[in-house]
Amino acid sequence: MERKFVVSSSPHLRTDETIKSVMIDVLVALTPAAIAAVIFFGYRALITMVITTFSAMLTEAIILRNKNIFGDGSAAVTGLLLAMTLPPAPPWWLCVVGAVVAIVLGKQVYGGIGSNIFNPALVARAVLMVSWAGHMTSWISPVDLTSTATPLVSSNAPGFLQLFTGATGGCLGETSAFALLFGAVWLFYKGHINWRIPGGYLGVVFLLGLALDGGLTGGLFHILSGGVMLGALFMATDMVTSPVTTRGQLFFGIGCGLITMLIRFYGNYPEGVTYAILLMNALTPLIDNLTLPRKYGEVAK
Amino acid sequence: MTLKTFKGGVHPGDYKSATEGKPSVAAKPPAVAMIPLSQHSGAPCEPLVAVGDLVKKGQKIGDSDASISAPVHASISGKVIKIGTCRSSQGRTVNAVFIENDFQETWHEDVKPNPNWEQLSAEEIVKIVREAGIVGMGGAAFPTHYKLVPPADEPIKYVIVNGAECEPYLTCDHRVMLERPDDLVLGVKLVMKAVKAEKALIGIEDNKPDAIAAVTKAAANEPNIEVHALHTKYPQGSGKQLNTVLTGMEVPSGCQSSAVGCLVQNVTTCIAVADAVCFGVPSIERIVTITGSGIKEPKNLLVRVGTPIEELIEECGGFTDDVRKLILGGPMMGPALPGPEDLPVTKGTCGILCMTEAEVKEYEIQPCIKCGKCVEVCPMNLMPLFLASAVEHNMYDKAEAYHAVDCIECGCCSYICPAKRPLTQWIGMAKAEIKAAKRRAAAAK
Repeated sequence: MERKFVVSSSPHLRTDETIKSVMIDVLVALTPAAIAAVIFFGYRALITMVITTFSAMLTEAIILRNKNIFGDGSAAVTGLLLAMTLPPAPPWWLCVVGAVVAIVLGKQVYGGIGSNIFNPALVARAVLMVSWAGHMTSWISPVDLTSTATPLVSSNAPGFLQLFTGATGGCLGETSAFALLFGAVWLFYKGHINWRIPGGYLGVVFLLGLALDGGLTGGLFHILSGGVMLGALFMATDMVTSPVTTRGQLFFGIGCGLITMLIRFYGNYPEGVTYAILLMNALTPLIDNLTLPRKYGEVAK
Repeated sequence: MTLKTFKGGVHPGDYKSATEGKPSVAAKPPAVAMIPLSQHSGAPCEPLVAVGDLVKKGQKIGDSDASISAPVHASISGKVIKIGTCRSSQGRTVNAVFIENDFQETWHEDVKPNPNWEQLSAEEIVKIVREAGIVGMGGAAFPTHYKLVPPADEPIKYVIVNGAECEPYLTCDHRVMLERPDDLVLGVKLVMKAVKAEKALIGIEDNKPDAIAAVTKAAANEPNIEVHALHTKYPQGSGKQLNTVLTGMEVPSGCQSSAVGCLVQNVTTCIAVADAVCFGVPSIERIVTITGSGIKEPKNLLVRVGTPIEELIEECGGFTDDVRKLILGGPMMGPALPGPEDLPVTKGTCGILCMTEAEVKEYEIQPCIKCGKCVEVCPMNLMPLFLASAVEHNMYDKAEAYHAVDCIECGCCSYICPAKRPLTQWIGMAKAEIKAAKRRAAAAK
């Protein structure tokens, strides 16, 4: 009997992990925060998330002429992450514009997945922030669903428990530190993120808050409020736009923390997470090349 | 007990249960043995016999004057019927001596025990090892006698004995350690004597506790031989990694282990040294693990060099109907072959792995998402993703700047990559291109 053998290059064993499975893991990790958003802000939050996620997937499917709208799942991740950075009840067209900007300007113009320099969701958020600042800062209180201010500019700051659980005003994904941490555990467990970026980021924010803004309470307030937790766990850790070297990841996290705090203390915006991460994204290739690991057996020249 | 290990690496699962409990049994000697004249890295041999000659078991039938080469011997007695060609494990065509078996198993006169082996000098041991045609039996097949004469300015302090067997599926080293631990210790002592080493360090992965126990017991009265349990992690048995794990020293880039006073030898090679020095038996037989879900009865067979692989497959019940891949060696580094025809077992054949349709997956290569997992697992601390992208863009000078030539091609990066990029293959291409460019530059001068 004639047998046909497959000839291919070694190794002949591979992990089951694919880009799609990694993206699904990220979606799973975002689920607790998504559920928390719906609990605190009601059905409007759900609508916002559905519109952005669907628009992002559709935009990518059209550009790639992909019949399977889910594709590799990366557009869904971008869309959901974008929703997390939006206020709870923006107009529907703002969600659509944001999603299209994220996929087109944030990702596909660079050549698609893996080639983008900046985090697509944050590119979209930055565009929306400068274009429709009013819509982007209309917060509603999760307690009585009336309009409120973000804790970062509010004079009567919420308590820590409130900040930690999420019963406070802010973007969809910014409110519940607990839900974000809970979801991120999955990413840690699956090995998609490690401690360096979130550790560097949160560490610097905490230390600067502690040193310059009222001691321990200041430190805790700064890591629990605004977008720091979402940024440190889900945005700065975006694989494509963060460094691959171990030292580079730590420096990247520290840099994000420093810029975030500079903007919070001295900038015109109350919140600096978006711009901090985007600026550090731009430095990623440089950081990688400056922090190449010492290779095995390297001899001093 | 703390287990020694290295930085990086992967856990592909060991798949050893099919054969690790199966003692090695002698395979049927082949009716016609095809003995390649090149079974090693280095210069091929010239045949010493002609068609029609009668040869005896253990008789030298090919040799070369080159320093990096090893003679080959008849593994059966019989008549030379052809000097032709067969395929090598790399898929190349090599010259081979075809011997028709007379099934008399007549040993050649030169094969006789040496009662005075304990009085042999280092030089005499090296000479015997060369004449016996011993090469590295872990798969690399580098001539052993050459390694036993280190450069004069690089004296050997440690003999590192590789019993890690980190490749999934393979159990031939495991079996040999269980079945012949005393000969292993004897071989290690001979190698130590040949290179005047102070100490031997035997490293065995902790998924083989019975082998660790057997070798530890055999070496109990040898103060200069230490047995170390190693963490089970691929590629624990890579020469450089094992060297670092057991001695703490790194082999400098571009150098051999001898640069840090070490000599790495596989366990099966050490036993071959004992066989040659004490009993006069040259390298004509070895244990081969025939395994995988694509074979009906996985086995460890004691096989004569030159046995056609087709006969071994038959002896193991044949292929299953859904067999789709044939790999010579382990799944991480072994080459896949287009078929078992014209392919003999050589001194470096440690396993034959048959994978089924369901296990042979073909992947679409996707863009790198820079997850950094390849950087995390690279045991050489290289940047596989950068190397691969340099190769994709034909930028071999950039690949060189990222140290492509230091890659040991262990396969960890390709194994872990979620985008299913053939990183190892691409880096291998870069290595070949860089070496070719160096040769061209040297020729131009």
